[in-house]
Amino acid sequence: MNILNMEHIQKSFADNHVIKDISLKVDQGEVVSIIGPSGSGKSTLLRCATLLETIGGGTLSYLGEKAAWEENGKVVYSKNLKEIRRRFGLVFQNFNLFPHYSVLKNVMDAPVSVLKRDRKEVREEALALLEKMGLADKADTYPDQLSGGQKQRVSIVRALAMKPEILFFDEPTSALDPELTGEVLKVIKQLAEEKMTMVIVTHEMSFARAVSDRVIFIDGGHIVEQGRPEDLFGDTQNERTRQFLQNYNR
Amino acid sequence: MTVSAFVPLLLSAAKKMSIPTMLLQLTEAFGVSLLIFSFTLLGALPLGMIVYFGKKSRIAPLRWFVNGYISVMRGTPLMLQLIVVYFAPNLVFHLTLPSNWRMIAVVIAFIINYAAYFAEIYRAGIESIPVGQYEAAQVLGYSKGQTFFKIILPQMVKRVIPPVTNEIITLVKDTSLSSAIAVMEMFTLAKKIANSPGSPGMITLFAAGVFYYVFNYLVAFVMRRIEKRLDYFE
Repeated sequence: MNILNMEHIQKSFADNHVIKDISLKVDQGEVVSIIGPSGSGKSTLLRCATLLETIGGGTLSYLGEKAAWEENGKVVYSKNLKEIRRRFGLVFQNFNLFPHYSVLKNVMDAPVSVLKRDRKEVREEALALLEKMGLADKADTYPDQLSGGQKQRVSIVRALAMKPEILFFDEPTSALDPELTGEVLKVIKQLAEEKMTMVIVTHEMSFARAVSDRVIFIDGGHIVEQGRPEDLFGDTQNERTRQFLQNYNR
Repeated sequence: MTVSAFVPLLLSAAKKMSIPTMLLQLTEAFGVSLLIFSFTLLGALPLGMIVYFGKKSRIAPLRWFVNGYISVMRGTPLMLQLIVVYFAPNLVFHLTLPSNWRMIAVVIAFIINYAAYFAEIYRAGIESIPVGQYEAAQVLGYSKGQTFFKIILPQMVKRVIPPVTNEIITLVKDTSLSSAIAVMEMFTLAKKIANSPGSPGMITLFAAGVFYYVFNYLVAFVMRRIEKRLDYFE
């Protein structure tokens, strides 16, 4: 079954049609990378999928349940959004960790106070996840004492602690120093090997190539081309894709 | 108030007033200032939050009312507001007022005045918190209430401490405005003593200044400590 299904999504900001018509299905265990130039609509697409922006048209569903659809030419949202939100997680470009919470509390608080899960159990899971991400010694630290790479790994742990069916990444390494991107990409790669369903908006082409099952190139609010990474990066027949990728291969 | 009871005594007595007696009386009257100060903080700090919510309300008439209220509170002298709160209920509405109305009126006037300023400080604090904090909370499934109380409020508190400290210090000094409706707080008494024959004179006012200064020094110290306590996060 599709974890995520977006059909004919549209989104405009005033007169600016950021997403013209994009459809995207993501299967369980699939890793999809979205690439494209700035302003192409790829981040907006992610924000629509994670309900941070309302869609202007189309249908959005998770696990077969509709979150948003069109009725009489108007978009309506499900009454069940609270449940639907539990199915996905989002890792932000700027981490958006809660600065007044320790690393452990950042990870634990939502499972405990939103999912109402048992604190002890959550704590054990949180510590195990931190350990796995090489952050075991940072549990009691506050975010402002962490490096960018550590912050991003904590925010990945925070998202994973909610046990989402699918995890979205919005340019997870764009706010990091080049030396720090590696440690974050390694963690995402590890998740890919564990068959975590993921959609990653990224500018890291070699990473997208290495980690994805499918790469989608978006430009001008459309999907220009999509396919297996070796096809898209290796030998694209599309002139626009080729032109875009040239900037990265220099 | 107990202090006002022995003021006439002082004025009628022809004998000289010693500096220690003067200081003692100022200390006692400073208790009244502190009373105004404490009640104002206790009332205005939370009321400011409610005013902020009113300003952000979806109900347009409530918003207009709150904006008008803030505008009047900030745009007219506190001394005038004291006079209005004290006299209006009787003169305009012909209410019978309790015997301690003078003191109640002072506290009401101070609370509604300071709440307006606090509301604006809170607003600035809340609006300075990055939108990403709300988005992270939303994606994690926090309710609106949880987002506000767990995520936004603690960060706001840290950010507003410096401007709130300013207001608190101003409040300490503003208690002296109560003399506009003859509340016998420290400054009112100090002026009275300074003007009476046989008193230590101008030194009384100087002493009053020292009282304010020392107390405000304390306020600043305590607020700095609170700020330090919150230094563990950015």
